[in-house]
Amino acid sequence: MPKPAEVTTPSDREVCVTRTFNAPRQLVWDAHTKPELVRKWQGYDGWDMPVCDMDVRVGGTYRWQWKNREDGQQFGFFGTFTEVTPPSRLTHEQYFDPGNFGSAMPVGDPCIVSLELSEQMGVTTLVCRLTFASKEARDDAVSTGMTEGMEYSYARLDGLFATKAA
Amino acid sequence: MTPSERLDATFAALADPTRRAILARLATGEASVTELAEPFDMSQPAVSKHLKVLERAGLISMDVDAQRRPRRLEPKRLQEAVAWIERYRAIWEHNYQRLDALLEELQRQPARSKRKP
Repeated sequence: MPKPAEVTTPSDREVCVTRTFNAPRQLVWDAHTKPELVRKWQGYDGWDMPVCDMDVRVGGTYRWQWKNREDGQQFGFFGTFTEVTPPSRLTHEQYFDPGNFGSAMPVGDPCIVSLELSEQMGVTTLVCRLTFASKEARDDAVSTGMTEGMEYSYARLDGLFATKAA
Repeated sequence: MTPSERLDATFAALADPTRRAILARLATGEASVTELAEPFDMSQPAVSKHLKVLERAGLISMDVDAQRRPRRLEPKRLQEAVAWIERYRAIWEHNYQRLDALLEELQRQPARSKRKP
């Protein structure tokens, strides 16, 4: 069993996520760079991913968009790849697209997302470092923007549990 | 303070190893400035400075009635900070569990095709 994801805040503007996977690095790389695979795991319960376009090369762009199955709410991320070194390093500049959430997430400066993969005995360690433009941007992203979809799903799940228990 | 400003103050206060050590000490029970200064080989004014930062962040409080003015841990702020990180972590973990399943599926596929004649 892989260890659960670890999240640290190395500095005011950063969030660092570390996770191991019982798979060779090349597969973990593929799962992050091939749209047909990205679609299968990246997202939120109850949300489809109608848009997953990725041109994985330096200067190439990407766009991810999620849509709520029930009410059609949308949000997503888009950006540009700045470093592509298979199968170990992938860096992109990421913007949040609030869709019809109208989130407080700033749209001015991108968040730099860098992915580092290393492999030892068939186990891949992933380190994902997010560097935000400012401390405020980081705190907003964590407390509102990126979590809204999730909170939304949880809220509906809570509702479902409540119905079942009644 | 807004919740966001409160988190800023909490994380700024936690960003210093001495202040984290002070919190760890206070987690075992209240202590005066003199008692807190002892293990750190620091002057009392230097420790007082750290205590002020922790107090402003709401991480500790002072008992003004007692003569030795003991400081004690206020766990609520720390819990808020932990909850903030945990919420974020849960989202990533949720996604990564889906990735685990996908990676397992991908690794099974080539093995199955190899077995076929």
